[in-house]
Amino acid sequence: MTAEALRIEGLHKAFGELEVLRGIDLVVAEHEVVCLIGASGSGKSTLLRCVNLLETIDAGRIVVEGQDITADGVHLDRVRRHIGIVFQAFNLFPHMSVLDNITLAPRRVLKTPQAAAESQATGLLERFGLADKRNEHPDRLSGGQQQRVAIVRALAMKPDLLLLDEVTSALDPELVAEVLNVIRELAASGMTMLIATHEMGFARDIADRVCFLDAGTIVEQGSPGQILSDPQEARTRQFLQRIIEAGRL
Amino acid sequence: MTQTVRTRRRGPDPRAVRSSAIAIVSTVAVFGLVGWVVVHAPGWPEVQASFFNAQVFWESLPGLLNAFVVNIQLFMIAEVFVLAFGLILAIMRGLAGPVFLPLRIMSNAYTDIFRAIPGVLVIYLLGFGIPGLGLIDPRTDQRIFGIAALTLVYSAYVSEVYRAGIESIHPSQEAAARSLGLSRFQALRFVIVPQAVRRVIPPLLNDFIGLQKDTVLVSFIGVVEIFRYAQIKSAATYNFTPLMGVALVFIVVTIPLIHLVDWLVARDRRGAPVGSTR
Repeated sequence: MTAEALRIEGLHKAFGELEVLRGIDLVVAEHEVVCLIGASGSGKSTLLRCVNLLETIDAGRIVVEGQDITADGVHLDRVRRHIGIVFQAFNLFPHMSVLDNITLAPRRVLKTPQAAAESQATGLLERFGLADKRNEHPDRLSGGQQQRVAIVRALAMKPDLLLLDEVTSALDPELVAEVLNVIRELAASGMTMLIATHEMGFARDIADRVCFLDAGTIVEQGSPGQILSDPQEARTRQFLQRIIEAGRL
Repeated sequence: MTQTVRTRRRGPDPRAVRSSAIAIVSTVAVFGLVGWVVVHAPGWPEVQASFFNAQVFWESLPGLLNAFVVNIQLFMIAEVFVLAFGLILAIMRGLAGPVFLPLRIMSNAYTDIFRAIPGVLVIYLLGFGIPGLGLIDPRTDQRIFGIAALTLVYSAYVSEVYRAGIESIHPSQEAAARSLGLSRFQALRFVIVPQAVRRVIPPLLNDFIGLQKDTVLVSFIGVVEIFRYAQIKSAATYNFTPLMGVALVFIVVTIPLIHLVDWLVARDRRGAPVGSTR
């Protein structure tokens, strides 16, 4: 049996009256890639933000690498060091160069010496074909390049778990592939990932498991082939039907 | 359409010529009229002699400039404190969480009170009240109280400017910083405040200008700076020209700053807003 990277039990989250997550149970094994699919508003992003403790949860428990991160007295900043997240809108720091964006957290949080942090960052930038951008500011980069830098920034903290929140949704179509290729490479290198995505083809390609969310619950989960080609639940079939009609599958 | 283009190619657009002609004529007419009325007013010769006396002006100018050094001191030292203290107030006010309620209340009350009280009263209160307590040497330089009072008043305004800047940074920036494991304080220091300050440089400079001018209020507690010097000079010469000299000095010093602010605002409007995401 493989070790668990992430275990979510009975997770509930509401924003005021609006219940966004209504009892999520999910286990992700180490080196596993799990894709979350579902309509906008189904709770995918909120789920990821809860795992990174960017949202406080109302009920349930989240265990990362054996540690209950939702227990009282957990040091939020320490937990977040081990969990990377990449956002739909990149959220790079616009006043810093690419290199400073990447080295900020290793230097200030892990206290890595500047030279070591910079050589590590340069290594990552080279690996993802961004070495020549290290001194640029984010506004000089294309969306695809910005998103790749955001991924590198998360990787620089050597996370145990990487959360990707619709990372290609804000990109022009021709820039999507370069970002997906980075994620493919990460999957091949064994990174544990939980990915919210609208890219069904990509999910089919990369995921070990696909979970379909609707109205704050996981309606159905299984292998990509099973969920995308032979869904058992009516709601999953309706969702996929709409995706097919929109020409996205 | 094509015709307009052709006429434009041949020479200046006649409509543009016409509108600049109207602008020139109306400007000359208005200013000419105002000037004519003033100069032909029955009391003009007396006003000219007591406010615009060239001889008195040149005599008092070196002394005025000398006294202005005090204003520059007051301004420069107070500004450093204002920038630091204003930022501390703004950060105190933005602290989320019930633990920080007392700090938020203090900071709120502070900015309310010091924006409400006329600055000159704060200067009086510090300049005469604190020595009156008998805790410190009564011969303490009054300039110190002046600087303290200006700092108290202007920090209240500047903290509001900073706060507006901090609140203008999208929450996703803080989320990104915190998600990397940065503490709340580190997120402020490295990510939010640097972006916020860049955005509020023009309004900060406006408060600079106000502070620069308000240094003359410190004359009320006996500091001989440019305004006090001019008052002494005009009492001695029975002439108001030294005060006009003060106005001139401030015009010369302040107008470049005002235009710097305008230029910065225009530049921000042209380019992408500094610190925008994406």
